[in-house]
Amino acid sequence: MADAPGPVLEAHGIRKTYGERVITEVLKGIDLTLESGEFCALTGPSGSGKTTLLNVVGLLDRPSDGRVLIDGRDTGALSDVDRTDFRGSRLGFVFQFHHLLPAFTALENVMMPLLARHGRAKPWIREKAAALLDEVGLADRARYRATDLSGGQQQRVAIARALVVDPILVLADEPTGNLDTETSAQVMELLHSFNDRYRTAFLIVTHEQAVADECRRTVHLIDGTIAWDRRREPASSLGDVPAAT
Amino acid sequence: MPFEVFVALRYLRDQGAQTALILAGIGVGVGVIIFLSALITGLQQSIIDRTLGSQAHVIVRAPEEAPRLLPSADGALRSVTMERPPQRVRVIDGWREIEAGLRRMPEVIGVAPTVTGPAIAVRGQGSIAISVRGIELESYQSIVDVEGRLVEGRFDLTGARAVVGMELARKFGIGVGGRVRIQAAGERGGVYTVSGIFDYNSNTLNESLVFVSLRGAQTLFDLNGGVSALELKGQDIFAAEGTASRIEDRTGLEAASWMTSNGDLLVGLRSQSMSSVMIQVFVILAVALGIASVLAVSVVQKAREIGILRATGTQAGSVTRIFLIQGAVLGVLGSLIGIAIGTFLALFFASMARNPDGSATFPVALTPLLYGRSVAVAMSVGLLAAVLPARDANRMDPATVIRNG
Repeated sequence: MADAPGPVLEAHGIRKTYGERVITEVLKGIDLTLESGEFCALTGPSGSGKTTLLNVVGLLDRPSDGRVLIDGRDTGALSDVDRTDFRGSRLGFVFQFHHLLPAFTALENVMMPLLARHGRAKPWIREKAAALLDEVGLADRARYRATDLSGGQQQRVAIARALVVDPILVLADEPTGNLDTETSAQVMELLHSFNDRYRTAFLIVTHEQAVADECRRTVHLIDGTIAWDRRREPASSLGDVPAAT
Repeated sequence: MPFEVFVALRYLRDQGAQTALILAGIGVGVGVIIFLSALITGLQQSIIDRTLGSQAHVIVRAPEEAPRLLPSADGALRSVTMERPPQRVRVIDGWREIEAGLRRMPEVIGVAPTVTGPAIAVRGQGSIAISVRGIELESYQSIVDVEGRLVEGRFDLTGARAVVGMELARKFGIGVGGRVRIQAAGERGGVYTVSGIFDYNSNTLNESLVFVSLRGAQTLFDLNGGVSALELKGQDIFAAEGTASRIEDRTGLEAASWMTSNGDLLVGLRSQSMSSVMIQVFVILAVALGIASVLAVSVVQKAREIGILRATGTQAGSVTRIFLIQGAVLGVLGSLIGIAIGTFLALFFASMARNPDGSATFPVALTPLLYGRSVAVAMSVGLLAAVLPARDANRMDPATVIRNG
């Protein structure tokens, strides 16, 4: 799927503040670069700004200061419509609580990003969504309502939905946070397999050490700044790199 | 199916009970509108038919003679009052040209020259004051269905024949073929044979109105080929006032519409229409509030889903359309239910309100126009009612709603 030569994500000096009278600075100047095919965990204690950073680099939220480049393109100047379009075509999202649309079937949920983008259901959209459902092992659940699936199945549908637009980067917020250990492992395996096969980059917010351990890189946030940024060799030999690449 | 329609319909289907309740609400509202409209339109039509079926929409007459100002020898002006001779019937000068002019007016569908004047009907020792109306049957029939009101005989005015009302026939004890003397001012008069008897649903008219031929009436009132009025029928009964004033402007004659001569009736009809409109406005308002509240609740319930849709690339405009479409669909479906309810109510009511002879008291006016208008109104109301909820949905910040629901 995605195979961008340069970095898929470049964040420079990202600041995010909330409030008008009492100003809370959640992100205090984050610099982060993700190369194509990276599999990166974003860790940190509660309130350290993980989800906020994910929303900013996912174009769901605008930074108070700083620049976000996706696929080499500066997103700061994009209009809301273009941001939505950009987000829908290059980024995939997996949320902690699966967040499927309960009124729709598993297949329809997977199709949804492409339906929104292309305006109506076309045969290739249906075929592509069905193929992805098959890849996540849920071909036989295509016609099930989202609410009739187990937690692990729902999360697999959500992963298929994130990948249906051929994203260059998937942003996952606690994708295993709501699952038991075994199902968590299956979900992580699935994410790894997509990462390996399609070189899709993943940025995974987690506070589970086991999940972070499976990632080749871990960025750790404390109080809105990057405390450390470690890369690990595939052969699992640990190697530290300086923070803020 | 377009993406927005697909999502909107699925949401409506998914909220089964909520959708069913609001559809029932819209249905009852539209049903009441249709029932009321059909009832009041039918009622008004019936009143108009009964009251105005026997008269022209506009009657054109020669103007009354007004005081004239005459210059005197010393240059001062003197006011002179012209007193009309009593019982004199005024004639329209050059009525044939004027009649032709009236026929050319696009809104006029029939013109009839008439002579109307007072007379006395005499039979034996009895006498009754009557109003003689001289007509040409063909032209008069085009503005008033007189033949349809015949209860006996034929509408034959040739020679010295007359058509009289039921009440006159009863009082004189005569039937078709009977003879009656008609006496006008100045010892003019003659004996007429009754060729037909009509029923105008009015005792006064049934007693006092007598039809003779136009020529006969001209002789009776010594009009020498003149007519006292040009009566006409327009396409739209409620445009009569405008037609009348245009005729006055063009001809300088006096043109009176039924609306001026039946002021009370008009006020009655108008207040009926007004109260009907008021009821409809409030029903529409209630329907709009119903749709708006259901959609507003739906937007809140679906906040997180809206966030997901936005995160996965759905444009804010699409989210707006999803809710507008829901409003429009609710309006259209609800109005279809309303048409069924309204039609049933109207027909049921019509079947209950019957004359002693079993005929409907008045027809309920269930027209395609009424149905079409109801669907259009309900759809527009649905769309408008959805505007605020749709705007709320559009303005949701995806990051916030995903986090907080």
